[in-house]
Amino acid sequence: MAACCSVKSGGSPNANSIHSLYDIIFVIAVLVFLTVTGFVLYSVWAFRASKHPVAAQIHGNTKLELGLTAGAAGILVILAVVTFIKLPSIINPPNSDASAASVLSASLTAPTPPSGNKLTICVTGRQFIWRYTYGAGCNKSSWADKLPYSYQEMVVPAGETVDLVIQSSDVIHSWWVPALGGKVDAVPGFTTYTWFKALHANELYHGQCAQLCGREHAFMTALVKVVTPSQYESWLKRQATLISEQNDQVSELRKDLIKKGDLTSSGVF
Amino acid sequence: MSTTDQALRPVPQVLAHEIHKPRETNKWLDWVLTTDHKKIGIMYLVLTFVFFLLGGVEALLMRSQLAVPNNTLISGEHYNELLTLHGTTMIFLFVVPVMAGFGNYFVPLMIGARDMAFPRLNALSFWLLLLGGVVFYASLFWHPPEAGWWSYPPLSSIQYSPSGGQDAWIFLIHLTGISSLVGAINFYVTIVNMRAPGMTWGRMPLFVWSILIYAVLLIIALPVVAAAVTMLLTDRHFGTHWFDPTNHGSPVLWENLFWFFGHPEVYIMILPGFGMISEVLPVFSRKPIFGYKAIAASTIVIAFLATLVWAHHLFTAPMPLVVLGFFMLSSFLIGIPTGVKIFNWTATLWRGSLVMTTSLYWAIGFLIIFLIGGITGIFLAVFPVDWQLNDTYFVVAHFHYVLMGGAVFTIMSGTYYWYPKMTGRLCSERLGKASFWVTFIGFNLTFFVQHALGLSGMPRRIYTYQPGMGWSTYNLISSIGSYILALGILMSMYNFAVSYKKGKISGPDPWKGNTLEWFTTSPPPVNNFDSVPRVRSVEPMRDIRLEVEAQTGVLQKTGGSEQFTRV
Repeated sequence: MAACCSVKSGGSPNANSIHSLYDIIFVIAVLVFLTVTGFVLYSVWAFRASKHPVAAQIHGNTKLELGLTAGAAGILVILAVVTFIKLPSIINPPNSDASAASVLSASLTAPTPPSGNKLTICVTGRQFIWRYTYGAGCNKSSWADKLPYSYQEMVVPAGETVDLVIQSSDVIHSWWVPALGGKVDAVPGFTTYTWFKALHANELYHGQCAQLCGREHAFMTALVKVVTPSQYESWLKRQATLISEQNDQVSELRKDLIKKGDLTSSGVF
Repeated sequence: MSTTDQALRPVPQVLAHEIHKPRETNKWLDWVLTTDHKKIGIMYLVLTFVFFLLGGVEALLMRSQLAVPNNTLISGEHYNELLTLHGTTMIFLFVVPVMAGFGNYFVPLMIGARDMAFPRLNALSFWLLLLGGVVFYASLFWHPPEAGWWSYPPLSSIQYSPSGGQDAWIFLIHLTGISSLVGAINFYVTIVNMRAPGMTWGRMPLFVWSILIYAVLLIIALPVVAAAVTMLLTDRHFGTHWFDPTNHGSPVLWENLFWFFGHPEVYIMILPGFGMISEVLPVFSRKPIFGYKAIAASTIVIAFLATLVWAHHLFTAPMPLVVLGFFMLSSFLIGIPTGVKIFNWTATLWRGSLVMTTSLYWAIGFLIIFLIGGITGIFLAVFPVDWQLNDTYFVVAHFHYVLMGGAVFTIMSGTYYWYPKMTGRLCSERLGKASFWVTFIGFNLTFFVQHALGLSGMPRRIYTYQPGMGWSTYNLISSIGSYILALGILMSMYNFAVSYKKGKISGPDPWKGNTLEWFTTSPPPVNNFDSVPRVRSVEPMRDIRLEVEAQTGVLQKTGGSEQFTRV
């Protein structure tokens, strides 16, 4: 369906499932709209006083009333059944592609594909930027294990099931990259989960915080860069190296400053 | 047709009270001290329409900011203030109290009572509302709140919203809440105890039914939000941690408490509008309402279900799957009684003899617009789809279709319908219809494209956006539409203002109404009725007209509606 009239998708199987569910509802909705509007407009045209001077004094029709109520209920039953049929493909992550097995890590906390192979990325929202920590146990020991991290732009390998562990360190945010599936709130004090499996490498997906989080809410954007698994591995190594180099430089600088007396050892200027 | 013709018409023979001379007193003080439900009703309507215009100006400022990408007209801070002011004003200072205004004026008249059950409490309701509005808008001079009308903590906590604006907002919720609660109890007692002889539950006008249910829902929902904002207040100033996640509190608790109130609030805002439509359609179709019992019953069912659907606002919050499933199904269920109403309204038009007055234009406009809002509600009820649509412009479009349709269009329809009763004069039909078309076109330009905006990924509440996102064209159309919409509304406001002095004299019953308010003069005397007739059906006025026709053999022309009928 055209871009104007359906939800975004294409990046991940769950987004595609939501798209097809949306399209089914859309078709039913258009039919209902045209039917009711048709009746209203026909009534206005055919029964205006100049054309139809004597009104029929009808008080009601119980059979018709019950019939239409049952009809409306029937449509809703169909929608509910379709939703529950589609639901597993939206909430249950599929297996990662076999070719991507080398960079996998395991997590104990969140929904997991049947094979158990997945990549965990922790997403932490704060005013007004997203932080991503890559690898196992990222929400517990990211500092101790010196896991690589990045801000705003997330890098992920194609073909792998990526499990997102979502938290917030200040106010409520909402993680949302439309082409990769639905949004999940990042609520301080809670951990929420979602997943995606990027279908195509060399794509850049745009996302944006969806819950009002303060004055610069409009600029709390997210980018997801999909690369091949081998590119991902080399990016991860480079990122880890860069971070440790930067950390070394900072601690050198800190030592110098303490030596000069500009900084106390507890970090106060 | 000149106004002198009206006097020659042979109606209303049954009207006991012909002339009411106003007392010569201090006019200004009279309004301040009044306990007359009609004067209080008028004050409610005037005050809430002022807030409606204020809320509209705030909306126009936001639309102006969003007209083009990277606009610098309004900063993020002021944009957040505007969206908080707009939402809070429209909900707490316009739609809910404007319905109380109509209820105040017309419930006693429609049930054949001489005033509300507690006239002084009634005055208290109004003055508390005014006070709430003043306290809230006073924050403009210091620092308006900027956490939104839903005010989710921690953003609304003292740490992230240190200004007193947030406290002004809490104070507003309390003041307008007590105002509505006192008013709701008053409506309930009035409707239960003071109906005309013979007016059983099954003969009560549908507008009165809707105000009764409105009152019950207010009594159920308001204490919850009162508790919630009190907890927020103690969190902010007295060191409690109800909603503070760093001290074992839960922001999700606030979300649940707020929406337990917030969703019934939607029905509080639109059920009275439904009631007005149920009065307007049969009168101008010249035909009884189709399925009276079904409409009354569906109002009760909607109210019951309204208390069971709140968590569909929280589909993206941390919630177990079974809860999502429950609230999807309960939200589906509420579509059924709403569908019953739409069906009955359509069937009321069917094979009628439609007198195309301005009031009917707005009522039919409501049917189409509300239908769209109802249908997009089904999309949002399906929680996996909501994961994509929640907090986007699709939601903004959805609830403006519901609330502008269910409240603003019905209020317009009701105002054009009852204006002659309240003022004794008719509005300009030509200007009213022009206003309808401009509003209808402007409304759809503004909000229809917002569905597409949401689908293409634009979140709500962002004060600016980058070019190249595919949002710029839609936003420009929406902003242009908002100015057309505002023009349409202003045309009606001008119409109401000018017709007060210059409109044609309406006579007591210009539309051949069905209900008792048309039994008395326009405007009604202080005591409403000298004698209250015995009610024998849902349409007592029609019964009276037919009886007079049978006795006198003279067809009852009632001084107004004929001019709109070319038969």
